[in-house]
Amino acid sequence: MAGGGRTRKRKLHFSKIYSFGRGKVASKDDLSHIGSAGFSRVVYCNEPDSAEAGIRNYASNYIRSTKYTVASFLPKALFEQFRRVANFYFLVTGLLSFSPLAPYSAVSAIFPLIIVVGATMVKEGIEDWQRKQQDIEVNNRKILVHKERGTFAPTEWRHLTVGDIVKVEKDEFFPADLLLLSSTYEDAVCYVETMNLDGETNLKLKQALDVTSHLQEDGDFGDFRAVIKCEDPNANLYTFVGSMEFEHQQFPLSPQQLLLRDSKLRNTDYVYGAVVFTGDDTKVRQNSTAPPSKRSSIERKMDKIIYLMFFMMFLLAFIGSIFFGVDTKDDLKNGRMKRWYLRPDSTTVFFDPDRAPLAAVLRFLTAVMLFSYFIPISLYVSIEIVKVLQSLFINRDIHMYYEETDKPAHARTSNLNEELGQVDTILSDKTGTLTCNSMEFIKCSIGGTAYGRGITEVERAIGRMKGSPLDNDDGNAEISRGARPLVKGFNFSDERIMNGKWVNEAHADVIQRFFRVLALCHTAIPDVDENSGNVSYEAESPDEAAFVIAARELGFEFFNRTQTSISVHEFDKNTGRKVERVYQLLNVIEFNSVRKRMSVIVRDEEGQLLLLCKGADSVMFKRLARNGRQFEKETMEHVNEYANAGLRTLLLAYRELDEEEYARFSEKFNEAKSAVSADRDALMDSVTETVEKNLILLGATAVEDKLQNGVPDCIDKLAQAGIKIWVLTGDKMETAINIGFACSLLRQGMRQIIIGLETPEIQALEKTGDKSSIIKASKDSVIRQITEGMFLVNSSKGNSSDASALIIDGKSLTYALEDDVKDMFLQLAVGCASVICCRSSPKQKALVTRLVKDGTKKTTLAIGDGANDVGMLQEADIGIGISGVEGMQAVMSSDIAIAQFCYLERLLLVHGHWCYRRITSMICFFFYKNILFGFSIFLYDIYTSFSAQPAYNDWFMSLYNVFFTSLPPIALGVFDQDVSARFCLKFPILYQEGVQNVLFSWRRIISWMFNGFLSATIIFFFCMKAFEHQAFNNDGKPASLDIFGATMYTIIVWVANLQMAISISYFTLIQHIFIWGSVGLWYLFLVLYGAISPNSSTTAYKVFVETLAPTPSFWIVILLAMITPLMPYFTYSSIQMRFFPRYHEMVQLIRHDGRSEDIEFCEMVRQRSIRPTTVGSSARLAAKRSERERQAEDTNGYHSR
Amino acid sequence: MNSNTPPSTSVAAGSVDPSAARRNSKRPKCNLLSLAHCISAIPRFFGFRFPEKMMPDLRFTVHPAGTSSLQANSDTAMGLIQLPLSVQVISAFLLVSIVFIPIGVASLLASHDVVEIVDRYDTACIPDSARNDKVNYIQSPGNKTCTRNITVTKHMKKPIYVYYQLDNFYQNHRRYVKSRSDAQLRSNGSADDVSSCEPEDKSNGQPIVPCGLIAWSLFNDTYDFSRNGQQLSLNKKGISWKSDREHKFGKNVFPRNFQNGSLIGGGSLTDSLPLSEQEDLIVWMRTAALPTFRKLYGKIEDDLQVNDVVMVTLENRYNTYSFNGKKKLVLSTASWLGGKNDFLGIAYLTVGGLCFFLAMVFTVVYLVKPRKLGDPSYLSWNRNPGWH
Repeated sequence: MAGGGRTRKRKLHFSKIYSFGRGKVASKDDLSHIGSAGFSRVVYCNEPDSAEAGIRNYASNYIRSTKYTVASFLPKALFEQFRRVANFYFLVTGLLSFSPLAPYSAVSAIFPLIIVVGATMVKEGIEDWQRKQQDIEVNNRKILVHKERGTFAPTEWRHLTVGDIVKVEKDEFFPADLLLLSSTYEDAVCYVETMNLDGETNLKLKQALDVTSHLQEDGDFGDFRAVIKCEDPNANLYTFVGSMEFEHQQFPLSPQQLLLRDSKLRNTDYVYGAVVFTGDDTKVRQNSTAPPSKRSSIERKMDKIIYLMFFMMFLLAFIGSIFFGVDTKDDLKNGRMKRWYLRPDSTTVFFDPDRAPLAAVLRFLTAVMLFSYFIPISLYVSIEIVKVLQSLFINRDIHMYYEETDKPAHARTSNLNEELGQVDTILSDKTGTLTCNSMEFIKCSIGGTAYGRGITEVERAIGRMKGSPLDNDDGNAEISRGARPLVKGFNFSDERIMNGKWVNEAHADVIQRFFRVLALCHTAIPDVDENSGNVSYEAESPDEAAFVIAARELGFEFFNRTQTSISVHEFDKNTGRKVERVYQLLNVIEFNSVRKRMSVIVRDEEGQLLLLCKGADSVMFKRLARNGRQFEKETMEHVNEYANAGLRTLLLAYRELDEEEYARFSEKFNEAKSAVSADRDALMDSVTETVEKNLILLGATAVEDKLQNGVPDCIDKLAQAGIKIWVLTGDKMETAINIGFACSLLRQGMRQIIIGLETPEIQALEKTGDKSSIIKASKDSVIRQITEGMFLVNSSKGNSSDASALIIDGKSLTYALEDDVKDMFLQLAVGCASVICCRSSPKQKALVTRLVKDGTKKTTLAIGDGANDVGMLQEADIGIGISGVEGMQAVMSSDIAIAQFCYLERLLLVHGHWCYRRITSMICFFFYKNILFGFSIFLYDIYTSFSAQPAYNDWFMSLYNVFFTSLPPIALGVFDQDVSARFCLKFPILYQEGVQNVLFSWRRIISWMFNGFLSATIIFFFCMKAFEHQAFNNDGKPASLDIFGATMYTIIVWVANLQMAISISYFTLIQHIFIWGSVGLWYLFLVLYGAISPNSSTTAYKVFVETLAPTPSFWIVILLAMITPLMPYFTYSSIQMRFFPRYHEMVQLIRHDGRSEDIEFCEMVRQRSIRPTTVGSSARLAAKRSERERQAEDTNGYHSR
Repeated sequence: MNSNTPPSTSVAAGSVDPSAARRNSKRPKCNLLSLAHCISAIPRFFGFRFPEKMMPDLRFTVHPAGTSSLQANSDTAMGLIQLPLSVQVISAFLLVSIVFIPIGVASLLASHDVVEIVDRYDTACIPDSARNDKVNYIQSPGNKTCTRNITVTKHMKKPIYVYYQLDNFYQNHRRYVKSRSDAQLRSNGSADDVSSCEPEDKSNGQPIVPCGLIAWSLFNDTYDFSRNGQQLSLNKKGISWKSDREHKFGKNVFPRNFQNGSLIGGGSLTDSLPLSEQEDLIVWMRTAALPTFRKLYGKIEDDLQVNDVVMVTLENRYNTYSFNGKKKLVLSTASWLGGKNDFLGIAYLTVGGLCFFLAMVFTVVYLVKPRKLGDPSYLSWNRNPGWH
């Protein structure tokens, strides 16, 4: 159709092709609402200056997707920030620091908060600015708008107002919701691509009202006037209720006339439309909701740690306050001052011995401020920075870039990076995820003869399973990869019927009819390349495309479609040449999931009326005519064979109609089509039923649903990593089981527990139609089957060789997911090695996901590609969208998008593992360094009689988190890796560290905290003892408070950074720069800060250059006190590495002890890592092997006996 | 890894100019971050770390289309300079002990070179009759001169530092530390800047210079030394830090209104001398870190011989009795490391020795019982997954 529209403006009536299902005409019932509440919109078309239009103050077409405006940015962003407990706490302490309670100066307290909040807000601002840029671009797009007297002028989108007449040209987006008035086509239809709305790539047809269809020139709009009354803005994409008053007549409007913003005009040169909804009133904007924000379990646990820290902090402050109260009370007794130098007789409330309890309470507040260093102020912002950078790594990983579609991986949210390392269960969609959703026509059965020599992936897999040599699996796979079909969607080869050879076959006439059905019975639209003459097709589904392509390749090239005809280049069996045949297209009876068939009625060149039909075997066999069952038996055999090979089958049949019958049908059909009542569908079903019967069977087609690249290997790796894989599919059970075999989720020797309701009793009950008894019987049946399954699973516990697989169909799932059954079901499912849910609806997918997530309390990952997976993706802890061919819907609601299922392996085993490790190590380290610092403050506080006097200068304290210890953890969070990517993949069991949360167990967290307390204690007492009271340098001067504080602080900065250095396992230059740079920065700061006026630097004035640097004891104390606190950790980890290595340490050992050359050793660790898996190809291998060994043993035993 | 390499076939049918497609490709490219990462692989100088280091695996460089030469061999390249892990651990411990033990010995020797004489006089300098109520004694007027005889046990080389040591005196109490005005101490113009000095901010409506509790509680015991009836000269210059004298205490700031209030705290100052020359005050105002502290009183610029008896005539004025604080007079020499304190030496020796011990233990374990790598008991993953 492309390019041809303008030149041949024939009287096209597409409306005849599309019979129904494309939006119902508004019923009278609906129209009566107009004008009432909710239906109040009145649009005066083409009257921009009219008074009526003026008073209706509809939204402008300006859109704003930003979170903030210039005015609201500050308050809103600040509010967001201070909703976090930690930040709020810092705000409170910051404000309190302006009061005399403060142990330090207010500026120094506020400064780090400003830095941290500022950094987050800058990030928010940048993100919002990018959105703003997008908005600006969109708002300033140009569109042709009617100005006056039939002239159209380009105008920015944002200036569009309700009632404007716009002209949209081919491949342009609609700027607002428009009412279609006319198009280049005579009957005012146009094609619309709605990918941005619902992700569907196929084109949709829209049609204007007849009355406006003549307005085909710019000039026609000079005096066009109409009034549209319609519903108020709402989010429903598929409804529209309204009416148009045009030339004093009322015409009802339907969604058929509505062109939605953000969809695109295709295959139509231009259309005219009237603006109905603008800006935020448009349906797509009304629909845009923020995706559910997910938080990782690590972060939730982190919150708990923060609360724990709060608790410890308050506890320390509380204990200190009691002592302080007692000391203060003692200071003044009976008028005698004890510590007279504090002047307790003339004091403020903070130190008043007469009001000691109050003083203690106030000192508690002071201490809460002082001990704020226990709470890592920069933790949140650091995590955010780290996660953004980690996502960058994911996005830029060349190994997850799919060249064919030019799609890199895309982490849409960075919140869940570490969650990727903890996935316990993967719930996967089948079509488009495990399989490519590219259908290849591979086999067919015509007239009882099977054609097609291709071998499917599934057949190959099954063949391999059935005892072909185990060890050359890879070789086979290679060969199959190499033999890619030359034509996309067509993998058929059979010399008997290709290249016109079919004429020599026995049933040549049947074959001809068969090909004709393929070429005619569809709704595809051809696209002829003007230069080469090649035809390509746009079809609603990939199987349909596969059919037309197959017909083309077999010599029946469909090349043109008009509203009333289909033109085909046919191979004429008599002449042996290609001839052009035009079939008159009378009706299209569309496919839907209830009918499971599709038909067209055509009149061929001889005037014969034909009904061509294709459909699923379940509905087709019973519609065959008595004389049409010639090939029934063979065909049925072939269909079963194909289904076993994992192919999708359809039966093809035809029927000749006589004129009289057709006339009867046509009348009824049109009547039904124009019916407006609710039972229109039923009515149409019954009408079509009358012609779709007495069919003559031609044969069957088999289309392969291709497995995606590397899926079996990937599944095997994931299984070895201990991840459970569930398949949730809408396909029927046989197909699902076949795919299960193909990707090694099922194997022979596995006990299959099949739960279904296709039992005779239930079917018998269904015939009686008593709903409640059906439900009851079904439920009982499901419960019984689950119980039996449980028994089977329990009886074989612990024996991996006979693992079980659970296969359940959608109907049974309905009952299994009911509240009282679901726990039992889950228990059974968890006990099984693989679970396949077939025939499941999108909602069931989501429910199953929720069941697994809530029931097992483990991390779930859902992966899918279609709109039907959206619920599942949003429900799961992590939703992964496959950016494949089925549009963007799944990707838009996913957290991370990848192009191929097999990238999941790298995403989880490498990135997930690393991110998990990095984030957890980073968080642990943050708490370590803050406890290190905070506890040293507390320890010193003890020696100031709990008066909350810090040993450090104010600015030392406030910059600790911001400058001197902030960057190394970030480098750790971005770059650290325990083992290389290659080893991550080689030793997949490493992944279990994340699943079992080994690195973020309370044990590890508490150990790190304990390490912090220990280090702080060592440092403080070493400093105290070393600087006790004797001279500190050779000039006899003892160490004073400033010297003591600066030394201790220097040591803490050293220890924090050194601890980072020894706990890091992967050094890059950046880490070196950050770690040593932080220490260097501290010295630099000390010098510079000490050089400014003593009014500002107070106790830090010249402390380094004058007192510390020239003094040997300073350096000697530093060396001692920075190495010693590291010893416990170092010794502990050396012992652990040596005697109780964790798995990643074992892998590290392989590399470290130069063992990578030692194949035997590597193999040993590797063997150790491969735990008995129950699914995947290695499990299959293992099962084979053990089987063989058992046989060998048997024979040996026999001989020895 | 190579199995995941995207196939380099492109969609043939109807595709536009392939080079144009590549230009617009979303294929990951080298960016600033990865650049840093690439560079980082070159210098590896930190040869002494505990866990292992590796070459980066994520190298996001642009490969020419079709080549499959991914960096598969990155793991072996560094094998040459990798030491086995146990060796690394052992050498880390050894290094620490090799560095620490000599430092420990040196520190201990330095500490032992120092001669220190401590004489506690707080109780001794109160007449027996007044010992029941020391506070009353110290607060009542009268002559409180007291004489102490100190016998030198070891030769002391000049300069000999004279300290007073106070116990249980919280110079680091928050109220006390903050009770000063640095601005006022520095310049004459800021005499009114006394807001932080309460209650010793003003007296008779006039600002006190120097204000605040620290200055007000200035230590005021005095010592005079003589040996064999001959006065030992006491040098009181240079007992404070130079930066204090020159920058924190003004040359034209003179005491004003000091110790004029209703309650007299500690010592008084010479009104005619600028603060920068009142070194006792400067020393006192540099607050101590801990409640037991020494402050430099002066230097004796004479050697003291063994068995010399130094007679100290002291004025016992300062009230430490009300808070049970001890007062001590300390005579000490100083080494390169400072005063007498064995802690550093002992700590160094202990840590160094411990490291040596651990190094030996690890060596023995490593030599005698190298890890039987095949022994599955170490590799307890499957048996006990939640081990850690």
